Amino acid sequence: MSVWEAITGPWPWYVAGPLIAGVYLLLLYFGRSFGISGSLRAMCSALGAGRRVEFFRFDWKGQTWNLLFVAGTLIGGFVGHFVLAGPEAPGLSEALTTWAEERGLESWRTGLAPVELFSWEALLTPRGLILMVGGGFLVGFGSRYAGGCTSGHAISGLSNLQLPSLVAVIGFFIGGLLVTWFLMPHILAL
Amino acid sequence: MKQLKFILLGVFFGILFTKSEVISWYRIQEMFRFQSFHMYGIIGSAVVLGALGTALIKRWRLKDLYGNRIVLQDKARTWPRYLIGGTIFGLGWALTGACPGPMFALVGAGHPVFLVVIVSAIAGTWAYGALRDKLPH
Repeated sequence: MSVWEAITGPWPWYVAGPLIAGVYLLLLYFGRSFGISGSLRAMCSALGAGRRVEFFRFDWKGQTWNLLFVAGTLIGGFVGHFVLAGPEAPGLSEALTTWAEERGLESWRTGLAPVELFSWEALLTPRGLILMVGGGFLVGFGSRYAGGCTSGHAISGLSNLQLPSLVAVIGFFIGGLLVTWFLMPHILAL
Repeated sequence: MKQLKFILLGVFFGILFTKSEVISWYRIQEMFRFQSFHMYGIIGSAVVLGALGTALIKRWRLKDLYGNRIVLQDKARTWPRYLIGGTIFGLGWALTGACPGPMFALVGAGHPVFLVVIVSAIAGTWAYGALRDKLPH
C-alpha cells in the first residue's frame, strides 16, 4: 500500500481512535476541554438567546476557540472528502451493505450520508423532516440536557473515569438502539 | 494568531472523522446494529488512550501551554439528566447518523443539507435552555 493510499483511506479504527485521543489530550494541553456541543450553546448566546433565557447569559466569547474548532472541522470534512479523495469503497461490513441494498440505499458505495434520505429534495418530505429537522433538534436538546455529547461524555468523561458520563453513554445507546431497531424500519418505509 | 491552532486542530479532526468514516450515517447504523467492530474500536481505543493520558496528567501534575496546572472537572453526580438527556441525544444520533462534530464535517464533505441539521440542533439547544427549570436534573 502506498502512502497516498494509506492517507486517502479508509482509515482503520486503530489509527482513528488513538488520533482522537491525541486531539483530546492536545486540547487539554491548550487549556481547553474537548466538548463540541458546547459550541452550539455558544452559538445560541451569540445569536442573542441570552436576552430571553438565563441559561445563555454567559461569556460565550470564552468558547470562541470551540467555534473556530468546528469551523475547522467543516473545512476538514471538505479536505478529507475532496482533496484526499480515495479510490476505495467504504470499509462497511457486508451485513450493513446488504441491509442498505435491500432498502434501496445504493449510496453506501459513494457517500457518507445517504443522499436518498439527506438532500434538499427530501427535506420537506415526512421522512426528511423526521431525520434532518427532528433528529437535529434531538441532538441539540439531548446533548445540552445531558451536559455533553460524544466528545464531552464518551471521550472526555470516560477518559476521566466519570460515572455520570458512563450513564450518559448508556443513555446514548438506549436512544440509538430504540431508533435503529424500532423506529428506523418505519421511517424508511415512509 | 493564538487562536489559529484551534482552527488547524479542527481541520485535522474533520479529516480524521471523514477518512475513518465516523461521519457516515451507515457507520452509525452499523454500530447500533452490532454489524461491525469499527466504531467500537475507535471509541474504545480513544477512551483507553485518553484515560492513560489523563492518569499521567494527574500523576505528573502536568501543566498546559500557559503554565497552568491541567485540572479536569468532575461531572455533578446526579442521574436523571444524564440518563434522560443521553437517551434523547441517542435518538437524534441514530436518526441523523451524526453527533455535533460530524454534522459540521458533513457540510464540508459535500452534504450542505446538514446545515439544516445544525440549525435544528441549535434550536434544540435553545429549547433546552428555555425549558431547563422545568426538567428533572
